[in-house]
Amino acid sequence: MAEQALSGLKIVEYGNFVSAPYCAKLMADLGAEVIKIEEPGSGDQSRWYGPFLNDEPHPEKSGLFLYLNTNKLGITLDVKTKTGQKILKRLLQEADVLVENNPPRQMADLGLDYSSLKEINPRLIVTSITPYGQTGPYKDYKGYSLNTAGLGGQTMRTGELQREPLAPPLSQSNYQSGAMAAAATMGAIFARRSNGEGQHIDISEAEVWATIHLGHGVHLGVFEGRKSIRSGHRTISVYPWCILPCKDGYMCLIAIQGFQWKRFLEAMGTPEWMADPRFRDRIVVALKYADEMDAMVKALTIEKTKDELFEICRRDQITFAPVRSIDEVAHDPHFRERGYFVEKDRAKTGVLKYPGAPYKLSQSPWQLSRPAPLLGEHNKEIYCGRLGYTREDLVRLRRGGII
Amino acid sequence: MANYPLSGYRVVDFSWVWAGPLLGMILADMGAEVIKVETNKRLDSARLTPGRSTVGPETDFVFHSMNRNKLGITVDMSKPRGAKLIRELIGISDVALDNFSPMGLKKLNLEYAELSQANPQLVMISLPAAGQYGPLSNIVTYAPSLGALCGYSSLIGYPGERVLGEQTPYLDVTSAIHGAFAVLSALYYRERVGKGQYIDMAQIEVGASVIGEAFMEYFMNGRVLGTMGNRSPIMAPHNNYPSRGDDRWVSIAVDTEEEWHSLCTAMDNPPWVKQKRFSDKFNRQRNLEELDRLISAWTIGHSYYEVMDILQKAGVAAAPCLDLMERFSDPHYAERGTHLQVEHPATGVDIIAGIPFKSSGMPGEVRRHAPLLGEHNDYVFRELLGKPESEIARLIEEKVIF
Repeated sequence: MAEQALSGLKIVEYGNFVSAPYCAKLMADLGAEVIKIEEPGSGDQSRWYGPFLNDEPHPEKSGLFLYLNTNKLGITLDVKTKTGQKILKRLLQEADVLVENNPPRQMADLGLDYSSLKEINPRLIVTSITPYGQTGPYKDYKGYSLNTAGLGGQTMRTGELQREPLAPPLSQSNYQSGAMAAAATMGAIFARRSNGEGQHIDISEAEVWATIHLGHGVHLGVFEGRKSIRSGHRTISVYPWCILPCKDGYMCLIAIQGFQWKRFLEAMGTPEWMADPRFRDRIVVALKYADEMDAMVKALTIEKTKDELFEICRRDQITFAPVRSIDEVAHDPHFRERGYFVEKDRAKTGVLKYPGAPYKLSQSPWQLSRPAPLLGEHNKEIYCGRLGYTREDLVRLRRGGII
Repeated sequence: MANYPLSGYRVVDFSWVWAGPLLGMILADMGAEVIKVETNKRLDSARLTPGRSTVGPETDFVFHSMNRNKLGITVDMSKPRGAKLIRELIGISDVALDNFSPMGLKKLNLEYAELSQANPQLVMISLPAAGQYGPLSNIVTYAPSLGALCGYSSLIGYPGERVLGEQTPYLDVTSAIHGAFAVLSALYYRERVGKGQYIDMAQIEVGASVIGEAFMEYFMNGRVLGTMGNRSPIMAPHNNYPSRGDDRWVSIAVDTEEEWHSLCTAMDNPPWVKQKRFSDKFNRQRNLEELDRLISAWTIGHSYYEVMDILQKAGVAAAPCLDLMERFSDPHYAERGTHLQVEHPATGVDIIAGIPFKSSGMPGEVRRHAPLLGEHNDYVFRELLGKPESEIARLIEEKVIF
């Protein structure tokens, strides 16, 4: 097999659901060896989350699990047992990275806190992803993606002012923190190249929102008392910066430069109201006449389909775009030409299409070499092949509920 | 000098505004020497964020936050001498990053094919809207158009209602994070194999990658997910609820039966919790609107921090929805250094985003404020490239260094 960017890196994933699995997936897809540890019997929570193939709830047919665990080896291990901890520590002696997203207190109770792991392998990098982080007053609090998006600030930016604010969709906090963890882990790999030492990386989901996503505007709140404004389908900073209906869906209309807006209106037949002096200043329009304007613009867009409008925009270099639905993206010629969606065969699910490479590396490309593991699929390979257990041991471990 | 993870690596950052500069910020936060290339001919619009009350290109906190830890030079790359200077700089650098449209650098003869001749070991990443090839590759966009094109926006809105979409530069940040990982992976490859490479990253493909299960749902069942509000396919309750005060909201998410009973106890077991329609997950999902209304009646009597304290003590996931000032004054963030104060010659003190990852072995502090325009011209042209004073004076005279 061709040398990939991260070939040779050995990762152990002791995680669940989205954040740690997404982090390890990004690394596995670039060639790192990832051994994923799942609880015997039930496996990763994402196996029970769905969406399920043919709507049949089954731990081997969950789309979320299948997507997040490509290119990994899967073993079962009950880390809550003493033998389980011993086996995990043996795996970690040989590993470069442990990626985990367990509550900090649980890791300490299991004797798997960083200071203990450092003893057994000083070169080990431990990447911990938790809702709030390893330090601070909320470190032991519970948090799902909804909660950490709220504390992180993303939620207060979306929705309508008189209604509840909206968290970003689909476990977004977990995806963002997982990707941040992958980048930080690579940083630690470079640090280790120069000093030979591992380290403990602490990724807080809430903090990923509060820093790299939203920390660049905090001064506006501190010095000027400003607030984020939830203004539904548009912003109040300039018009147009909104989403409006068209014949077969929605269009995203945004023009920061005046000429982009003028070009669009001209392409739509130069409506009479263009000349109305009230609408000359687009900042004033956004603040005072947005509803009125929406109605007039909608009267133009509703006559045309997304594709018709998009064609006009492409022709005239206008910055508007169709709001593509999921099925449209799945069949979009651009994604197709770039080979973004990829097919893979797998036991229990057959050939399925998957979202593919977020980036194309010219020399050491992203690859889908193997689909997500069946529960315990690589037990024999890892326990007997790597750790030297006999087949009889394997039976005993299985009977003891350890694997 | 302290030893940072990327000490000794040099990055030339051609990028503007959000996505590229944030990718550069991650590398700079890890200790790389990131040199931001600017020109007075056309300022980075992040130096002039609209709507702020401060004035001038040296006082914009948004720019200061995204470009801390970087050095800055000013070069007019549209002049052949300017492009030549950049090629020389690339010759002694490790990474180049840009977020121009695919034609942008080609026009200047600074595309990868050209730059890799100056430095075959170069790792270069471009992160335009739609990548280097494909029918949409030359599209002109702003951040919200990208959320629209990749399907992300179609999911945002109240359940079953119209699309509200993503209006923020959400995908820029997502792309920066993924891009930093890709660059470091390519550098790791270079250290082992000895080859540089080019990374073509389309922001709309990154956007599709963080909503993977929506595509799985479509491929597996032909079902097209749309606006979903705060709803979860399995958790109930799972929403943001009003709390005491003006526009104050608190998130509550309940997964297990144990958490549900803890929530009921924490609310002092009002009579309705015993009703059959809330007896299990399935029933709670089916009567979600009524459930949300009843929980709101309890949350509205408390501040959002009180709700968090009460529920977290009971083992239920709850957290306030914080806005700008509230995040700055939150005790958890304060203890973790989530926001940093950094001295800056033009503003006195900047309040900026903290380092997005914490670790036992990486710097948690900012080493230097964002560069003034051309602040490091002398260091880069005289010290790094060894240009004599007379030549530098001429380049300034001819507005090549500008």
